[in-house]
Amino acid sequence: MKLPLSWLKEYVDVDISPGEVTECEPIEGTHLHVCKVDCGESGELQICCGADNVRKGIKAPVALIGATVYATAQDHVTVEGVMTIKKGKLRGVDSFGMLCSGAELGVNGDMYEGADYNGLLLLPASCKNGEDVKPILGLNDYIFDIALTANRPDCNSILGMAREVAAVLGKPLKEPAYTYSAKSGGKRVEVEVLAPDLCPRYIAHYVKDIAIAPSPQWLKRRLALCGLRSINNVVDITNYVLLEMGQPMHAFDFAKLENGKITVRRAYDKESIITLDGKTFELGGENLVICDGNKPCALAGIMGGENSEIKDDTRELLFEAAKFARDSVRKTSRALGQHSDSSATFERGVNEYTTERAMARALHLIEELGCGTVTNIHIDIKTPNSHDGAKKMTADMRKINGLLGIEIPIDKAVDILKRLNFGVTAAGDVLSLDVPPYREDIDGYADIAEELIREYGYDHVTGTFLNSARVTNGGYTPAQAAENAVKDKLVSLGMYEISTYSFYSEKDLDMLHFPANAAERRFIKIRNPIGEDLSVMRTTLMPSMLNVIVRNLKRGNTEGKLFEIANVYIPTDSPDGMPEERKMLCVGFFGNGNFLDIKGAIEDWAESLNEKFDFAAGSKPFLHPGITAIISCEGEEIGYVGKIDPKISEELSMEKKAFVAEIDYEKALSHAKPFKYKPLSRFPEVARDLALVADESITCARIESEIYAACKYVSDVKLFDIYAGSQIGENKKSMAYTVTFSPKDEALTPEKIDGFVKKILGNLKHNLNVELR
Amino acid sequence: MQDKIEQLKSKLAQAFADIHSSESLFQTKMKYLGKTGEISELMKGMRDIPKEERPEAGKIINALRAWAEEKFADLDRTLKEIELNKQYKKEAVDVTLPGNRQPSGAYHPNTLVRRELISIFSGMGFTVFEGPEIETDYYNFTALNTPKDHPARDMQDTFYITDDLLLRTQTSAGQIRVMEKCKPPIKILSPGKVYRSDDDATHSPMFSQMEGLVVDKGITLCDLKGMLDEFARKIFGEGVKTRLRPSYFPFTEPSVEVDVSCFECGGKGCRLCKGTGWIEVLGAGMVNRHVLEGCGVDPEEYSGFAFGMGIERIAMLKYGINNMKLLFEGDVRFLKQFKG
Repeated sequence: MKLPLSWLKEYVDVDISPGEVTECEPIEGTHLHVCKVDCGESGELQICCGADNVRKGIKAPVALIGATVYATAQDHVTVEGVMTIKKGKLRGVDSFGMLCSGAELGVNGDMYEGADYNGLLLLPASCKNGEDVKPILGLNDYIFDIALTANRPDCNSILGMAREVAAVLGKPLKEPAYTYSAKSGGKRVEVEVLAPDLCPRYIAHYVKDIAIAPSPQWLKRRLALCGLRSINNVVDITNYVLLEMGQPMHAFDFAKLENGKITVRRAYDKESIITLDGKTFELGGENLVICDGNKPCALAGIMGGENSEIKDDTRELLFEAAKFARDSVRKTSRALGQHSDSSATFERGVNEYTTERAMARALHLIEELGCGTVTNIHIDIKTPNSHDGAKKMTADMRKINGLLGIEIPIDKAVDILKRLNFGVTAAGDVLSLDVPPYREDIDGYADIAEELIREYGYDHVTGTFLNSARVTNGGYTPAQAAENAVKDKLVSLGMYEISTYSFYSEKDLDMLHFPANAAERRFIKIRNPIGEDLSVMRTTLMPSMLNVIVRNLKRGNTEGKLFEIANVYIPTDSPDGMPEERKMLCVGFFGNGNFLDIKGAIEDWAESLNEKFDFAAGSKPFLHPGITAIISCEGEEIGYVGKIDPKISEELSMEKKAFVAEIDYEKALSHAKPFKYKPLSRFPEVARDLALVADESITCARIESEIYAACKYVSDVKLFDIYAGSQIGENKKSMAYTVTFSPKDEALTPEKIDGFVKKILGNLKHNLNVELR
Repeated sequence: MQDKIEQLKSKLAQAFADIHSSESLFQTKMKYLGKTGEISELMKGMRDIPKEERPEAGKIINALRAWAEEKFADLDRTLKEIELNKQYKKEAVDVTLPGNRQPSGAYHPNTLVRRELISIFSGMGFTVFEGPEIETDYYNFTALNTPKDHPARDMQDTFYITDDLLLRTQTSAGQIRVMEKCKPPIKILSPGKVYRSDDDATHSPMFSQMEGLVVDKGITLCDLKGMLDEFARKIFGEGVKTRLRPSYFPFTEPSVEVDVSCFECGGKGCRLCKGTGWIEVLGAGMVNRHVLEGCGVDPEEYSGFAFGMGIERIAMLKYGINNMKLLFEGDVRFLKQFKG
């Protein structure tokens, strides 16, 4: 369903329009009135109203049925969302709309005089019943929400954006007025900057005969549209200049400045300040403060101090327009947790060209608003770190076009740069440029290339395919290709690959019962984590795997095979402090199956690397003491595999068993060998089955290695049955193997095989007390 | 003689009717045709009849034998067929039963996207380089033209380990390590995990990026555009176009955001592209000459471009995944959908 609003409006008027109350009668026993309201085109409507200022003859905004207004809380001021007006019944009286307050329309007193009143917003008698109320209230406006890139702090103001728009439209920029007439000051004002590295420029100007008053409506309205509350004329001027010019300003009550002096310095250790919002901060040498002859009066660039605040009785003031180092403001603001529009602006960066003009603009506004006498006391400290931003440079169009890959005609380039306020003269392909003083980002021809292409249009950039680049041989390194093969193998074995966060909590290590001295507890900590949960760089993937298994079981996923290949992070003593990033493979099977399933999968993987892993009983704090194996390869320990200890399963409310393994991936792969073809024997292999009886304590691995050791023709030993029971005897087990003999240079006759078997059985009996069943 | 034969014939006919299995067939055959079978005995009885009648009798007996043998052969065929049919019936399988499968696992969506990206770019001559995840401030920021007081540092909320060590916020850190070691021509892809202090439905404190870098003589913005056009077509489908918009990254100048035309609606506007017809997929630009200089590459001789994209973002777009958290939860119902 598509609904053009313009079309819909032909049938029903959903707007809010002025209505005149033509009748107004109280509803007995309530604070309500029932009114007849002339709504122009929409006719005369009966509306019930609870406002205390409703009476016959007034005009107020009427929200007709279907209109959406702000829903206000009990106080009729706090907005709690929006509501749509419906036909209603109050105390049995029908109501066909709502007479509105300012808050319900989202208008406050700064935007429209009288709109703050907790009752109906009264409209002038001159407005026409039924017409659109938005132009009357100044709501027919658009507010652009612009995200600026970090390189363009000069655009962070109305004027800055106007400059860009003027450049795009090719229209002249109309600068605001900066003029004022300076009268004699008759005061001694002193400014010193003791921290020129943090305050390259400081301008102060003394203004007297201050008359604090509310600001004019136009000023209040503009502040309100930008989300600022009007305070008084002087404070509003500083905020207005910040919005308009992008230069934070501050006004000190001059009478409160001891010795008529400003000192810009680093705070002394343990020095403190109470800012305008009443918060107290303890400071140190990292923090830049603006002091009077004695004490801090402002946190430089962030907020003024309570002690020199502009109050209704302020009669003289000192304006400040300065440039503070952005890193200094940022650090102090972060460290103290004190942020303001001013600090945000300084953190982006201000330019001194604007600093100078902002002061002039503020002084002009003092005169324009008639809130004081501008004096001739103007102190401008340009420290050695000061620079006004203007610079000269040359840019070669051949280089610019070479970077872009297109030809921008030189006259077009000159035109674009002129629009952007560059001074330009072209000599051949070379442009001599005067960079606008507020463009501190411009640094080389690449910046000019960007200015040109964004104005000339990215649609001129047409794709080419590395016309001049040399051919290179791409692809994976052998290690990366090997990792792909590992993943392919694990997936073919039925495992799902997971990816989990590289950090977890120390509690995750507790979960696995790691003792206090475990190597896993020697970890790297994140200094500023999102939370304790994500604060420890992992030293083992196992907690992450177990958490995934537990999550799956909680969600009713009853089985799964998982793996993850990811780094763990091990602190080192290396001189550069770089920790070791070690790649690990973690495997987890949960739900069905047994230990031999996960072990088998690991063996299959080993085979794909042309390796053989050895498994020996071992222990881990989180694994079943009887179902834990340490994995090694060619004598090097590479990992472990086992069943999650039932006591941990219970602690984690796991309703199914889980088998897990963690293997040092790099170590495991270091044993991988390239495959080589083994010549086929001309003679057939011979297999014999041997059913053996062994003590229960004799492991399968020991019997196997004994068989291998007894005869060099044994090429494979495979257990196919294991049995324990009364027929075998107490503490005994029967183990049935298929032993394969591979001939070498001649056929293996049955007599020879009999001889081998005899030897094998002899060795088994002698070394392990294992006998043929 | 004739009577005897007739008698035998009707006896045989009766015997044939009684045969219902291979076993009884064999026994009956032996009874009549075996060495001591009745027909054989009849043959042996030839001695007892007059010499002049013998040829005629022999003929008759042989005819009887031939008739019997053919009858037995017929019966044998019939019986075999019946028995085979029985076997067929017995062995018949409901072919609609589910097959016995070797369930394979599945790759993480990031792995699928990463492999696809690497395959696209390695065909264009890119090699893959993986740098460390815990980086120095120098490689992650300073060498990328983002010194300590640079406002761009605020663009990324960084996890610090010490004053100098941090979790890399961008795989661009790898660029520098490569440029320090290798001389142009350079074409590398640097995929890997990166970390930023962000956590909501579209941001994760850990995610993956893929960075691409090309440095050689005469590399242009048009080359970047051409390569990205190729990438967009290969990963999102034929007909997908790219669009450049101005942007800012400290390590490239000019910098661009790159949009692809919406592969869902073909650019007409839909929910995926929020009605704009375009989807933002990556950031890119011409390598800033300070970055080249810092790595000992002469910016007067060489130029280059770099691009970086979020692998999860591509995966989410490609597979229609609506919440980034799903990628890190390990829920098997989610994972098993990505069989690759």
